[in-house]
Amino acid sequence: MITPNQNSKNPLHGLWALTNRELKKWYKEPIFLFMSIIQPVIWMGLFGKAMNIGSILTSADFPVPPGVDPQVISQQIMEQTFGTSDYFSYMSVGILSFVVLFTAMFSGMSIVWDRRLGFLNKALSTPVARGSIIFAKVFSAVVRSLIQAGIVLLVAFLLGLQLSSNFNILNIFGVFAALFLVCIGFSSIFILIAIRSTRWETQIAVVNLLNLPLLFGSNALFPTEMMPDWLQMFAKINPITYVTDATRQLILFQTDIAQLMFDFAFLAGFALLFSTIGLFLSWRYLSR
Amino acid sequence: MEEVIIAEGLTKVFNKSLVAVDHVDFSVKKGEIFGFLGPNGAGKTTTINMFTTVLKPTEGNAKVCGYDIRTQASDVRNCIGVVPQEYTADEDLTGLENILLCADLYGIPKKVSKERANELLELVELSKFKDKKVETYSGGMRRRLELACGLINRPKVLFLDEPTLGLDVQTRIATWGYIKRLKKEFGMTLLMTTHYLEEADNLCDRIAIIDNGKIIGLDTPNALKESLGGDIITLSIDQKDADIASLIETAVRVKEVKKQDATYRVKVENAEETAPQILNFLTEKGYKVTRLSLTKPTLDEVYLEYTGKSMREEEGTSESMFSKRIALRRARRR
Repeated sequence: MITPNQNSKNPLHGLWALTNRELKKWYKEPIFLFMSIIQPVIWMGLFGKAMNIGSILTSADFPVPPGVDPQVISQQIMEQTFGTSDYFSYMSVGILSFVVLFTAMFSGMSIVWDRRLGFLNKALSTPVARGSIIFAKVFSAVVRSLIQAGIVLLVAFLLGLQLSSNFNILNIFGVFAALFLVCIGFSSIFILIAIRSTRWETQIAVVNLLNLPLLFGSNALFPTEMMPDWLQMFAKINPITYVTDATRQLILFQTDIAQLMFDFAFLAGFALLFSTIGLFLSWRYLSR
Repeated sequence: MEEVIIAEGLTKVFNKSLVAVDHVDFSVKKGEIFGFLGPNGAGKTTTINMFTTVLKPTEGNAKVCGYDIRTQASDVRNCIGVVPQEYTADEDLTGLENILLCADLYGIPKKVSKERANELLELVELSKFKDKKVETYSGGMRRRLELACGLINRPKVLFLDEPTLGLDVQTRIATWGYIKRLKKEFGMTLLMTTHYLEEADNLCDRIAIIDNGKIIGLDTPNALKESLGGDIITLSIDQKDADIASLIETAVRVKEVKKQDATYRVKVENAEETAPQILNFLTEKGYKVTRLSLTKPTLDEVYLEYTGKSMREEEGTSESMFSKRIALRRARRR
């Protein structure tokens, strides 16, 4: 009657099935994709275009000393603070990490749902690897956020993102690699927070509590040099800072190889640390 | 006979104080339908969750299909099927996709799983709806889909948690039919929980009555009923003034007779066989029986006898049971 030997012992079998379950639910409802893209695009469009800081000096009423070209001054100020003369380009790259952060946050939510609806208990009673249950959530968040980030990047380009002069199409792979690492780290964190939780209300509260500090306590919207010391300290350990720096170097700025290497090392460490903790805790705490 | 499930001192304590299952000992034989009967919050689901390796026991141990649930969890998982109380199928996916997902969780190769999924959908009569999203399914259809999912790995033991909870009478009887077929055609061992007495009576070979985490009675439904002391024959005779209670007591297989007004309540072992004998006996003695009725004890009375409370009256009215149930549910999910 029972023929377990026929069955695959490959842990990837269950991992792929569970990841596919998440992705199917996502691509079968294009409205979810649309909703998850529209928000960052609105941020980019409203915030990025409205905060056109460079135009403060060039607006007609600004009293400029004679003999000074406001255009040149404004250009210099922008280059000095943001590294590019166009704020829209600066912040739209920052928004990419925002997309990743949001998708990762909701992966925690879905494990709470699985627990409430009883799916988690059912999965736990099957031989599927405990780690697969957790990593299916992580990987589906990674796939979703990379696709979303890709679309947002394309929209930003259409809205006037100015690429750096040494931009190479291969840099895109670097961008995705950085986003991939940060997404692994963040989804692991949010799943860890949710691993024993039975209430999605708690999860929403946690998400709301974390999302603004993570975003504003980084260089995603403004350079950290403009921040007070204590906030700079926080920005220094915030992975959003590193992923934004890496993606900006690859898309907007002249690439500083040493700095880029450091960014990637930090992101890889972040991803590795939290995915390992996630794997360990899924063994211990998923069932008890 | 081979014992497929053996529990020894199985105990689960939540949050160090809430004793959900309290030193439970029993065993289930191969090919048996074993029922866990008890009110909500009695510890039925928690016990099942330990057998299915979802929860780890606090104390004691159990073996399922000969494997230790603590140390050989993975072997246990391979040989069991689980039909949970909740509807766990994904609403956004079709019935077939849901079954194939279950198959993948067991690592069943694609070629085998497609064939088996279609077979099982046929068995639970869902073939027509297999490509419809589960959100369009009725409660009964979802229950059947859960059943099909639980059978995908051809389990030796199937755990059913409240298999007919919330179903209408017709669907409930159909579900009983599937369960009986599994035992008859596949020789499967089934352990089910229920708080419906008629369900336990109808399906189960043996029943464990569980209350406050303890097994307080365990036997076949008939033996449990007989333990109450037998059936009751109620009769009246045409001579209203005569007292023949002591005379009836001398008849064969009569245990006890009580006269209430003009009727006699006669406690006997097997009412169907004894009643005609009593009838003949009284006719021979010259009495004419004008009315006669038989009452078989129901599991409801058994339950009353064992727990000291009626099952029906406990449901819904008792505040403390309700709050305990909620607490258990929370603890279980954490």
